[in-house]
Amino acid sequence: MKEYQTITEISGPLVYAEVDEPIGYDEMVEIETDDGRTLRGQVLESSDGIVAIQVFEGTSGIDRKASVRFLGETLKLPVTEDLLGRVMDGSGQPIDDGPEIVPEERRDIIGAAINPYSREYPEEFIQTGVSAIDGMNTLVRGQKLPIFSASGLPHNNLALQIARQATVPEDDEEGGSEFAVVFGAMGITQEEANEFMQDFERTGALERSVVFMNLADDPAVERTVTPRLALTTAEYLAFDKDYHVLVILTDMTNYCEALREIGAAREEVPGRRGYPGYMYTDLAQLYERAGRIEGRAGSVTQIPILTMPGDDDTHPIPDLTGYITEGQIYIDRALNSQGIQPPINPLPSLSRLMDDGIGEGLTREDHSDVANQMYAAYAEGENLRDLVNIVGREALSERDNKYLDFADRFEAEFIQQGYDTNRSIEETLSIGWELLSSLPKSELNRVDEEFIEKYYLEDDAETAEVTAD
Amino acid sequence: MSKATDTQSDTGESGVIESVSGPVVTARDLDARMNDVVYVGEEGLMGEAIEIEGDITTIQVYEETSGVAPGEPVVNTGEPLSVDLGPGILDAIYDGVQRPLDVLETKMGSPFLDRGVDAPGIDLETKWEFEPEVSEGDVVEPGDVVGVVEETVTIDHKVMVPPDFEGGEVVSIEAGSFDVTEAVAELDNGEEVTMRQEWPVRKPRPSVEKKTPRTPLISGQRILDGLFPIAKGGTAAIPGPFGSGKTVTQHQLAKYADADIIVYVGCGERGNEMTEVIEDFPELEDPKTGNPLMARTSLIANTSNMPVAARESCIYTGITIAEFYRDMGYDVALMADSTSRWAEAMREISSRLEEMPGEEGYPAYLAARLSQFYERAGYFENINGTEGSVSAIGAVSPPGGDFSEPVTQNTLRIVKTFWALDADLAERRHFPSINWNESYSLYREQLDPWFKENVTDDWDEIRQWAIDILDEETELQEIVQLVGKDALPEDQQLTLEVARYLREGYLQQNAFHPVDTFCPPEKTYLILTATKTFHDEAFDALDAGVPVEEVQAVESVPQINRIGVQEDYEAYVEELKEDITEEIRGLY
Repeated sequence: MKEYQTITEISGPLVYAEVDEPIGYDEMVEIETDDGRTLRGQVLESSDGIVAIQVFEGTSGIDRKASVRFLGETLKLPVTEDLLGRVMDGSGQPIDDGPEIVPEERRDIIGAAINPYSREYPEEFIQTGVSAIDGMNTLVRGQKLPIFSASGLPHNNLALQIARQATVPEDDEEGGSEFAVVFGAMGITQEEANEFMQDFERTGALERSVVFMNLADDPAVERTVTPRLALTTAEYLAFDKDYHVLVILTDMTNYCEALREIGAAREEVPGRRGYPGYMYTDLAQLYERAGRIEGRAGSVTQIPILTMPGDDDTHPIPDLTGYITEGQIYIDRALNSQGIQPPINPLPSLSRLMDDGIGEGLTREDHSDVANQMYAAYAEGENLRDLVNIVGREALSERDNKYLDFADRFEAEFIQQGYDTNRSIEETLSIGWELLSSLPKSELNRVDEEFIEKYYLEDDAETAEVTAD
Repeated sequence: MSKATDTQSDTGESGVIESVSGPVVTARDLDARMNDVVYVGEEGLMGEAIEIEGDITTIQVYEETSGVAPGEPVVNTGEPLSVDLGPGILDAIYDGVQRPLDVLETKMGSPFLDRGVDAPGIDLETKWEFEPEVSEGDVVEPGDVVGVVEETVTIDHKVMVPPDFEGGEVVSIEAGSFDVTEAVAELDNGEEVTMRQEWPVRKPRPSVEKKTPRTPLISGQRILDGLFPIAKGGTAAIPGPFGSGKTVTQHQLAKYADADIIVYVGCGERGNEMTEVIEDFPELEDPKTGNPLMARTSLIANTSNMPVAARESCIYTGITIAEFYRDMGYDVALMADSTSRWAEAMREISSRLEEMPGEEGYPAYLAARLSQFYERAGYFENINGTEGSVSAIGAVSPPGGDFSEPVTQNTLRIVKTFWALDADLAERRHFPSINWNESYSLYREQLDPWFKENVTDDWDEIRQWAIDILDEETELQEIVQLVGKDALPEDQQLTLEVARYLREGYLQQNAFHPVDTFCPPEKTYLILTATKTFHDEAFDALDAGVPVEEVQAVESVPQINRIGVQEDYEAYVEELKEDITEEIRGLY
């Protein structure tokens, strides 16, 4: 391995060095500084005679005399089942004083794309115990469902609740594959990190978790690697070791900021709001690493968390994410200030894979109809609220008032449940019917007549319109 | 185009890699023409020459370039990026450069896409039963059909003289079992017609002329067929923010459109969505023939995490395949989901080339590329005298749902049908969430004669009635937002009620309900007549002094919303109309 002392330029996170042998694109690099530190980096651009290197730990302390070593291979992560229970930093070095990791294999962290032909369509219901998700935006195994949040909102509590409670009801009976959590933190504060770690330790979840921590004061460039380490681990556990893996990535906004930083340092032509034009492709290469594969028992389910700058979902980060992921869960500031826990706003939220994961034999026959009807009813109630502010409740018809009441009860009884309540899908749906039964039967035009017969609670209906049949 | 079928790859010039930056590689001393296909590096990764400056050629690579280093060789094939055309395209699933994904899985022995593995677009060994349609002594010209093979249960594949042949007298032709590379007919000038043709993807296949399309592409979606129809050979755009139902609409079209052939291009979209198509289509019935849908479908899946350069080419691969079946005289519908991802791929490559950007970083040639693509759609007279069509339906994913962005705007300047998806409607779970105020179809008038002849005489009248009611509702809603519904005069309250049934019973359609998912034009029409019966009777009652509350409370009316799910809808509508009439007349 050749050593070079040929650095020509240092700029932001980038180092340019002259070389006299061909260096591969994406190849790993070690840079040794005067004071004996070894920094790691990766080749971003390779031309005849000169390479651009992005340094994960940041370039401070590097001078033109620093020596550069090219390792001749792309970034690889040692993987083994023993990673479960371990805590690593953002570049994959253990930080938990545990034993040395003896790898079973070393995997390239830039995962290859799953052949769409080899995928298996996700349709196994995951019960998160959260009504607003299970009932209205059902999560299935192999899905990527991000949480769209914003500063000051309790997205971490929700993520933890999901990590604690997520089960697949059938597996409880049959004892299917094991469940594991891979947690990738990018640029979160020490305090947030403690919150996660304490919860993992308190609930005993740590022993079935793998944690990668890049904290707010860790180098930003390292953040571009952290989610790839997490996903490489997840793929290994899922597709080689048959685990059902839930990957929580937080906060994707910090990841994208790091991409922008590198793009700017390379003087690339920026896309929207200064983010690189390839951000869609880059994010897709992370999010698309969720899924199921035919003939493999495990699965990778992703819950990335992102905070929308200025609560704006047209910002490039949530926007591009929404176009790649299979739906999104919105955390709502207004609901949060009302004290609703978890403050999920189901109206803009969506689970694209819901329709195939619910219904007879999966959850319950009436699930889809109930969810559709509640959506429509809550949306109608929401709509009327604006009107009430202008004309007052008295000016509205009896029908409109019923919808307003529905919307209020929906928030207070269906969405509100607290972070420690674990509701089964049966409970969720029966709360749904309780609420729907406050509307006259004739309004339930999205529910099959057969289900109305079976589930509609007549007692409540007495107060409803007499014309209901 | 693939290495496996290319015999000339060894004769091409070769050069060395100068630099590597993501999907863009430059090579020195490569004697390539623009758009020639080259093989890059020791692994032979497929790429295309996209810029030549002095002795430096810039190449976009269709595969991941990690680990590729300067100094590695680049080999030129001397051929432009082409697709293999012949039997075997239907019922297949390809990536963006027409490599069959099922074959790749076998060859790579892994569910993950490896690099440097190649496979021909159509299987070279399969034997097809060839039936001649011309005899020895007949004179054939380019494009002429010399025989057929049964490609799938649904589609007879016409074996044509390639457009770049001279043509001549057939000296030898016979029925029998052939693979795609064997000559099925020999001409007197020595040309040999095989089932397999190659065609460069960036060059439209020739035709005699483009005609005005006059037949609708029936989609089985009420709002489309009824209000905003697209013609066979027409173009349409479906823009909408995420979650508004672009993909579901595209899937519905792919399932139920009455085209002969469907080419579905998943361009930079989700892997699971393509898997859904792969799993569903073989099970679903083609409404036209009752055969499995896959028998008329070809899929191109270049998902968002697959190489970006192949995303740029997948649209061309798709439209070239569509044109090939058009040449056989078929009506082809091409769905591209999403053209925005295609545009972004252009942007990504362009920025790596450090080209001067146009609007929002997109290359200045964005508008030109988009119009070139949509212009390849149309209703054509083919060079062999048959008529065929390519309908192009492109989804657009505008950032932040803002339709003023360049891809949407440049698309709207070209396409004649605009189905605007609306996030507000989607949030209210009004599906398909196509906004009836913003959408339009410029084919409406030219398709009316067909609907009048084949469905009903008053197709255009009752459509106009529905549009008027919906327009009026939009205006009234503004007032309602200010003063509440009850403050409106009774006749306007009634209009709102009628409009509500139009929205819930007519415009909304449940794609996941086994019956409602496909609605023939006759049913689309009958739902409108039932709603109009309610409208006419209700206004008569109002004139006779019946209070609007009583009209609204008529029990049978909400059943209008259930017509969609009825299998035996004719009798149901007949009965419903009678019930509505009887009940309302009973009020006065």
